[in-house]
Amino acid sequence: MLTKVLHVDLTRYRYWVEDRRDLFEEWIGGTGVAVKLMRENMDPKVDAFDEESTIVFAVGPLNAAYPLASKTVAMFKSPLTGNLGESHAGGRTSTSIANAGYGAIVIRGKSKKPVYIVIDNDRVYFRDARVLWGIEDSLIVARIIAENEGGRGTRSVMRIGGAGERLVRYACVTTETYRHFGRLGLGAVLGSKKVKAIVVMGRGSRKIKDRKAYREIYDEIFKLATESDAMKKYHLLGTAVNVKPLNEKKGLPVKNLKATSFEYAEELSGEKMAEIIGRRVACSHCPVACIHIATLRMPYENEPYFYKTLMLSYDYEPIYALGTMLGMKSREDFLKVLYKVEAYALDAMTTGVCLAWATEALERGIISEKETIVKLEFGNSDAYAEAVKYIIHQPNEFYEVLAQGVEKAAEVYGGKEFALAFGGNEMPGYHTGYAAHIGYSIGLRHSHLDNAGYSLDQKIDSYPKPEELVERLMKEEQWRQILSSLVVCFFARGIYKPDVVCRALKPVGIEIDEDGLKKMGEKIYFEKLRLKKDMGFDASKLRVPDRIFETETPHGKLDRSYMERALRYFAEVVEKV
Amino acid sequence: MGEENGKKVRRLVIKDIEKCVGCGMCMYACSRRKGEAGIDSSGILAVSLSGFERGATVIFCRACVEPPCAQVCPTGAMRPREGGGVIYHETDCIGCGNCIEACTINAIFRRRDGKPAVCIHCGYCADYCPHGVLAYEEVEPEAFRRVIV
Repeated sequence: MLTKVLHVDLTRYRYWVEDRRDLFEEWIGGTGVAVKLMRENMDPKVDAFDEESTIVFAVGPLNAAYPLASKTVAMFKSPLTGNLGESHAGGRTSTSIANAGYGAIVIRGKSKKPVYIVIDNDRVYFRDARVLWGIEDSLIVARIIAENEGGRGTRSVMRIGGAGERLVRYACVTTETYRHFGRLGLGAVLGSKKVKAIVVMGRGSRKIKDRKAYREIYDEIFKLATESDAMKKYHLLGTAVNVKPLNEKKGLPVKNLKATSFEYAEELSGEKMAEIIGRRVACSHCPVACIHIATLRMPYENEPYFYKTLMLSYDYEPIYALGTMLGMKSREDFLKVLYKVEAYALDAMTTGVCLAWATEALERGIISEKETIVKLEFGNSDAYAEAVKYIIHQPNEFYEVLAQGVEKAAEVYGGKEFALAFGGNEMPGYHTGYAAHIGYSIGLRHSHLDNAGYSLDQKIDSYPKPEELVERLMKEEQWRQILSSLVVCFFARGIYKPDVVCRALKPVGIEIDEDGLKKMGEKIYFEKLRLKKDMGFDASKLRVPDRIFETETPHGKLDRSYMERALRYFAEVVEKV
Repeated sequence: MGEENGKKVRRLVIKDIEKCVGCGMCMYACSRRKGEAGIDSSGILAVSLSGFERGATVIFCRACVEPPCAQVCPTGAMRPREGGGVIYHETDCIGCGNCIEACTINAIFRRRDGKPAVCIHCGYCADYCPHGVLAYEEVEPEAFRRVIV
């Protein structure tokens, strides 16, 4: 079992290791353990940028032991929502942490000067990063660090770009070029601590007692992953396959959700993107290789026969946020903006929603070009690429505000009715019905991945009572607390069903039955909700933007009273916690 | 050469290195074979090519007929194997690391205990390569020494 917790104190440049078997025995790992470590190490009321603000990276018993258990959970105070931040990333993060022998890493304090942290198995080094500070392209940062450090193939390089340094509240942390702790602003928290990057090198193993049982269940999972249809969607076109069907069913948010079908959807579809795939890569210890990388070949501005070729990974969410939401007419336009977002290491989803709101606000005359500097208009990729730069550099008050998210921007400039945020977090790419929007509102991360409301919308014909829908979403989310405590990729939820999870846990030393797992999911769910409450979460104040009720969904237009009844019911549940 | 006890030899070979996605399934298979969850004892390493935008590759022993690693081993723990490659006798190994230094293609790795991890060409990992990069095949000495097949 991975039971060691590495503590890193940036204020005093110290580190120490604790054996927390108690914690891992009671809360499994990942999300479960991270909630408790947040609780132990930080006053829930402190500001995200406070010295006391804590970041936890946690893995679980299945990481580095089984395929598709490739995720790390990051937990922190979100500077975007002011509440609990939780974000998951793949790449080599989880295998490096697990192979270094840790179940979790807790980072506290604040460095006086820029540093990057190197965790080389059992040693930690604080490296001078003064020269790296100011390098805004996160890819360049990673290349320099990769040259400086050892551990090739066994390391993860988690770093921030210009967005994190400038404390943009939706700055992400990028790892292995193509994976991100994307949402809720972990990049800004690292930036506030003057940490440019965290390198984790792990070359180790856990001894397994029952080798035979281990190999048997491993092979079963491997076969499911490679021979059944369980991972087919991700293995083939990837999540981008959603563009066309969502467009046909009128569930695709277009131009700040003024519409849900788009004449250029075909141009941005998974099928069209696949034509320019340059290669595929995988997270460590995952055979699926769902990372789709597109090539964008761009001529030099002033020289004929010279080209630069950019390799950019895409998924459905960035296509939605920086493509359809911004009215892009071609995949090249979308990729040009994505390139900027990736270089500066911003959350693609929040950036797209912020820019879509700003465009509509400009159209309506709520703000003028004095604020936006560049003329934002749906479909104009050059203007958006410029605007992304302004979000980073914040040359005027408007961009200072926009760098705090769409909720804040609408508070200052108006236009709340079309500011698409739930619980302060910008909307994901599914306008599929009640379950999606209730799901974003009541999800413990306000994310579409919490409880899969979008998926429920696409499966049901007629809605049950709002209370029943809330119960169903909560139940799903409780199970997902288990998945994110193990920590497996949510894409593999079709493989890691309760019986498989129980059998996989046995060889790594954990005996639990399906009923026990279910109860554990509930327990983690409510413990997290309690932490959110202590951080100031108030379910009775959840705001649902008017726009949601104005635009057609696959289930027709939505009715506010149904939504409100659902949210009231959820508020009662929270009240009792 | 090329035969072991009169039989044709089998070795782990690269079928198409350009197909590698860097998943490292091979690396995990190698340590799992030794009863470990992790990569400590793995004799194969999956790496990116100075960042994943340039792609990925795997590094492992290519079964030299005159293995430099065996030539520098002071205790005879690393011995040339008939047909190419080495046989590693762990109990004779003092963990000096000479073999790791000597390998021209950096295909011997250091375990956490300081001893080397080297591919013994058992072929176990090939069954877990999902993208047709690796195979375990009967080889002619000349054929398996060629990089482009």
